[in-house]
Amino acid sequence: MTFLQFLFDALTVSLRGGRNFWRWMALLGATSAIGIYAYSIQFERGILATSGLSEEVAWGIYIANFAFLIGIAAAAVMLVIPAYIFNNKEIKQVVLIGEAMAISACLMAVMFILASLGRPDRLWHILPLIGRMNFPRSMLAWDVVVINFYLFLNIVMFFTMLYTNYKGSEPYFPAYFLGVLVAILVAISIHTVTAFLFSSNVSRPYWHSAILGPRFLASAFTSGPALIILALQFIRNNTRYLVDDKVIETLAIIMTVTLQINMFLLAVEMYTEFYSQTRHASSIQYLFFGFKGYSSLVPWIWTSIALNLVAVLGLSIHPIRRNRMYLNVACVFTITGIWIEKGMGLVIPGFIPTPLGDIVEYIPTHYEIGVCLGIWSIGTILFTLLVRSAIPIQLGDLSRLSRQIRRGGSRRIRNP
Amino acid sequence: MSDRDPSAPGVEPGPSPTKVSRRTLLAKLGLAGATAAVGGASTALAAAAVNDESFQDELATYFQDHYVRMTKEELEQAVARLERKAKREYGVELRVSNHPPIEGVLFGYALNISKCKGYRKCVYACVRENNITRHPQTHYIRVLEMNKGSLDLEHSDPYYNPESVPRSGKFYLPIQCHHCENPPCVRACPTQATWKEPDGIVVVDYNWCIGCHYCVVACPYWARRFNPVTPSLPVDEINLDTHYLGNRPRMRGVIEKCTFCINRTRQGKLPACQEACPTGARVFGNLLDPNSEISRILKSKTVFRLKEDLNTEPKFWFYTD
Repeated sequence: MTFLQFLFDALTVSLRGGRNFWRWMALLGATSAIGIYAYSIQFERGILATSGLSEEVAWGIYIANFAFLIGIAAAAVMLVIPAYIFNNKEIKQVVLIGEAMAISACLMAVMFILASLGRPDRLWHILPLIGRMNFPRSMLAWDVVVINFYLFLNIVMFFTMLYTNYKGSEPYFPAYFLGVLVAILVAISIHTVTAFLFSSNVSRPYWHSAILGPRFLASAFTSGPALIILALQFIRNNTRYLVDDKVIETLAIIMTVTLQINMFLLAVEMYTEFYSQTRHASSIQYLFFGFKGYSSLVPWIWTSIALNLVAVLGLSIHPIRRNRMYLNVACVFTITGIWIEKGMGLVIPGFIPTPLGDIVEYIPTHYEIGVCLGIWSIGTILFTLLVRSAIPIQLGDLSRLSRQIRRGGSRRIRNP
Repeated sequence: MSDRDPSAPGVEPGPSPTKVSRRTLLAKLGLAGATAAVGGASTALAAAAVNDESFQDELATYFQDHYVRMTKEELEQAVARLERKAKREYGVELRVSNHPPIEGVLFGYALNISKCKGYRKCVYACVRENNITRHPQTHYIRVLEMNKGSLDLEHSDPYYNPESVPRSGKFYLPIQCHHCENPPCVRACPTQATWKEPDGIVVVDYNWCIGCHYCVVACPYWARRFNPVTPSLPVDEINLDTHYLGNRPRMRGVIEKCTFCINRTRQGKLPACQEACPTGARVFGNLLDPNSEISRILKSKTVFRLKEDLNTEPKFWFYTD
């Protein structure tokens, strides 16, 4: 009963806001509607009819966003690891934000997979028992298992923490700590498994590389903290919620180091491919310099490299990194750079050239972009609401006690 | 493959209790879902739809089990539904067979590239035989025009369209599903909707595929096709002699591919591509029969297979005179 009360209170408080909040929600609502409309047309006409996909390029911007979002989801542990393993008290305050991001990112990733299916109505075929899941042989089956488990784990941990705080206590530490440990392992595995989803294909030399898993982790642990830093900067500028400078600094250092590693691994990959100049290098050749006159991804990937380079150069110099303004810009650059590199830059060249040497380029259509916009908007709405319910509870503005007081009519709570 | 083949002689798989309960559960879930979707507004319409034969068929098809798990009765009903659907949609008497693999047969294909002249007769015979969609045009077989002196696929041209073939300085390399003994596509499929039959044919249960494209990604021979839209078939060109795992008309959003003409070859006939080939470049047969033509070719000719380094063990060989 108390739990239902808690859910009701959390939802109510998350929806209570000023004009700016409702403008934000209206904007996201409108873009979600665009996405739903675009998807309805795709559902009606068929995915190849409304997308830029072809027989040659089987995966496009949906899978690109999926790969990127898995990184964001996995990176929530970047907050959790220092908080619980090293008992960093400041970071502990913002773990909930990370978990909210993990939940939203996971759900968006699942929506992107659904959007890319030819027959989403048959999704139950993948379930164990009633369906016929190809576990453990198919990497896609593995991905379904780990992503759902990770999503479940984060939902449980997020609401356990909030609910116990709402009741005015703390979660039972050993159990919660165990949950945290498992979440860390699963977070690393969701991204490794997603990398294996690509690298397990002998048919696609561009992906068939052992370094893909480490590269995935490195870029995830760059873009994830970058996104969290931006969210925290916004939260501390707009609420009473205290985000310690140390938290931002820790995240910025994590982001810097992983971005350095990411750039290094990319260089290693490029060296191996370009030095030997085998047929396996055709895809990376296409991506970076164009291949046989086809070059639609070239400006795209160099934008990414430039953004990442600018970000990593500044971030590596302490005084520059500590400049809040620069840090925000670097975060935006990094997120955009990684989104290109671990999105379209990863997925599309795998199909170019095809295993038979044919080249067909891919450009997303308005419908696909609309669907992407819609999914990102739905995810952002979810993240907004989760954070807006978490903050008042963390601040102590919303609790079972405050509810009882409120009933007495002495105090109205406001969302900070 | 132990849980398969309801139609194998001597096997009488009655409906097992667990299967019944699972199906009932599914039906209930489906009804609940359907009720929720329809809502209260159009109850009368829904009642009319429930009594409609096509609606009932669609519902039953939706909850149909995986091919290898269906009992004999369920499979017969599934076949009957397909035949009714063809009647409704195209007005034709479709025959959907379910011939099991023949004991002691492992199919293989050999292709003589010195005889292939690039006429593409096999490509179009395949389209007609397999009821492949015409708009957009999809082909199971892709003929590559190659430069003499090299087997580099990246220098091939699949779109060659000169006044006449063969062109000098070129040779032709037709590629279709290689029916690998170690197929990466089967490993990739998250729902086991594609698998290798005992006679070596890699098949797809079109009613089980969720259209995720992962098998398309996994195939090193680019042999798998996706149905972008509901296949468009000219009624007078529909091949009525079909197989459940082969050339029956497909639906939108699922993967399909060459099945070595399973509807023909399991009845002792040759695949359509071999019949159509005017130069006799194609040799299809039983690899387990030491006296078959293909076995003799493998013994006497210098053969090669594409991308052997990937260890997929294709059952599709190329050779020259």
